[in-house]
Amino acid sequence: MYTMGIDVGSASSKVVILKDGKDVVAAEVVQVGTGSSGPQRALEQAFKVSGLTREDMSFVVATGYGRFAFEGADKQISEISCHAKGIYHLVPTARTIIDIGGQDAKAIRLDDKGGIKQFFMNDKCAAGTGRFLEVMARVLETTLDDMAELDAQATDTAPISSTCTVFAESEVISQLSSGESRNNIIKGVHLSVASRACGLAYRGGLEKDVVMTGGVARNAGVVRAVASVLKTDVIVAPNPQTTGALGAALFAYEAAQKK
Amino acid sequence: MSKVEAILSQLKDIAANPKKAMDDYKAETGKGAVGVMPIYAPEEMIHAAGYLPMGIWGAQGKTISQARTYLPPFACSIMQQVMELQCEGAYDDLAAVLFSVPCDTLKCLSQKWKGTSPVIVFTHPQNRGLEAANTFLVKEYELVKAQLEHYLEVKITNADLERSIAIYNENRAVMREFVKVAADYPQVIDAVSRHAVFKARQFMLKEKHTELVKELIAEVKAMPVQPWTGKKVIVTGILLEPNELLEIFNEFGLAIVDDDLAQESRQIRVDVLDGEEGPLYRMAKAWQQMYGCSVATDTKKGRGKMLMNKMAQTGADAVIIAQMKFCDPEEWDYPVMYREFEEKGVKNLMIEVDQEVTSFEQVKTRLQSFVEMM
Repeated sequence: MYTMGIDVGSASSKVVILKDGKDVVAAEVVQVGTGSSGPQRALEQAFKVSGLTREDMSFVVATGYGRFAFEGADKQISEISCHAKGIYHLVPTARTIIDIGGQDAKAIRLDDKGGIKQFFMNDKCAAGTGRFLEVMARVLETTLDDMAELDAQATDTAPISSTCTVFAESEVISQLSSGESRNNIIKGVHLSVASRACGLAYRGGLEKDVVMTGGVARNAGVVRAVASVLKTDVIVAPNPQTTGALGAALFAYEAAQKK
Repeated sequence: MSKVEAILSQLKDIAANPKKAMDDYKAETGKGAVGVMPIYAPEEMIHAAGYLPMGIWGAQGKTISQARTYLPPFACSIMQQVMELQCEGAYDDLAAVLFSVPCDTLKCLSQKWKGTSPVIVFTHPQNRGLEAANTFLVKEYELVKAQLEHYLEVKITNADLERSIAIYNENRAVMREFVKVAADYPQVIDAVSRHAVFKARQFMLKEKHTELVKELIAEVKAMPVQPWTGKKVIVTGILLEPNELLEIFNEFGLAIVDDDLAQESRQIRVDVLDGEEGPLYRMAKAWQQMYGCSVATDTKKGRGKMLMNKMAQTGADAVIIAQMKFCDPEEWDYPVMYREFEEKGVKNLMIEVDQEVTSFEQVKTRLQSFVEMM
């Protein structure tokens, strides 16, 4: 039996196809999200890689910001539930999940059965999200992929506030013009994102293991910053960008079994 | 259209068109309306003067522009809207505006009213346990009464006040009954309808509102009670609107079985009690008896416990905190309540209410996740 989860995010589209609720036969990411060609392209890639078609899917669950806009799902489930499901499947010891996506950040507390005890989301603000990093990467004339490595070369942390993306951008420009090293600024930017996300985690009460997921978890600089703020080890979920889609595919499998 | 639908439709129309409600009242009576700023005011005095009290609780989705001249961006969302509307002259038809100042933002805003209507500012004492608090508030109410009489050119007698107090007490009692009926019949009184019944109350004479709500209750209670397959919640905060937000509650099967919203049940929580004392003293005493509100000092912080009692009484599954954006008093209460909820294992969710926003996707995700979590 094949089931599919599609995570239509604000910045990317992810598809996971599962065989019998355990074997991943496709896990595809397209770096554009809802309202774009991203969801369709991610689907096409997943079908191409797996050699399957929509008709082969016993059940499809959509999640993410664009879950209701996506046509072709049997059910929509929130990304908070799907990330929790996906992470618990991959890391059963997870009790605190920090998910930083394109336009929001979430902290999710799990119980020992994988149930959600509590969750917090960021306010309607780009600070502390992937979009914040994108803006900063542009100002700092680098790419998201290079930021972690540049952060590792920093000798100090330039202070960047975590309040507002627009103000923080001005701060970065000010730091650059005063001669601060780019690497130090990048480290400060990562700390800014981490502070914001960790604030959410603290609100829910921190419990180990802490697992990071979402696209920003691919940035080792942010992961290091989160670990330093929380003063604890942080596990990065395998394929962090697709954990939401994986959770959706797992929910789809459960639903298919009930059909 | 059934009788229930007809009454709800009438109340929804009034809730959505306060200007029309005021114009109709003026045409009918030849008298005008007096604005009532949040959160508490001796509305009975306005009623006793023969004027229509009109609640001023902001507006939804209006882009803030002129208000930026007078308010910082971190002033509460309702006051941003009120200031914008003031600048546009939206309140200039009011004969006066009654303005209590129980929080810092209201205090500051009361000193910079940009409309043309006269503003009557008064203070609620916060050291409420003392008898001196009642004495103080009576003096404040005497000043309010004198100013109302001056601006409205009417004499408010004790007999007028006693009649209005009785009308208001009856309305509060009927609304408390309505809350219970809405909890028993969420299929009939959904979140949008429930809110409309409360909101229309701000723009109608209370005796007319009472009449309609009584009729509504009788019609609904004649129906069989159906089991509710969704979840039951209690909502707390300053207010919970607009309808687009409440429709998300309906979409995910969340029945509001009780509330602690300043715009809704806090307005009907405490009656003006009977007694030998004069009407102003008894009205002042009602403030002393108020409880469970972020702007009424409570050194024992009983709001969380009050909400948990409400849960026990109604069988609610969870509490939803509707956090008004940049409302300091509510922000201060939240960590205290949150800790109590977590200690007692009470499911709870905080959502932000911002009157300027027009997109509710994030709230939708939070509410859907919360339902899935339960």
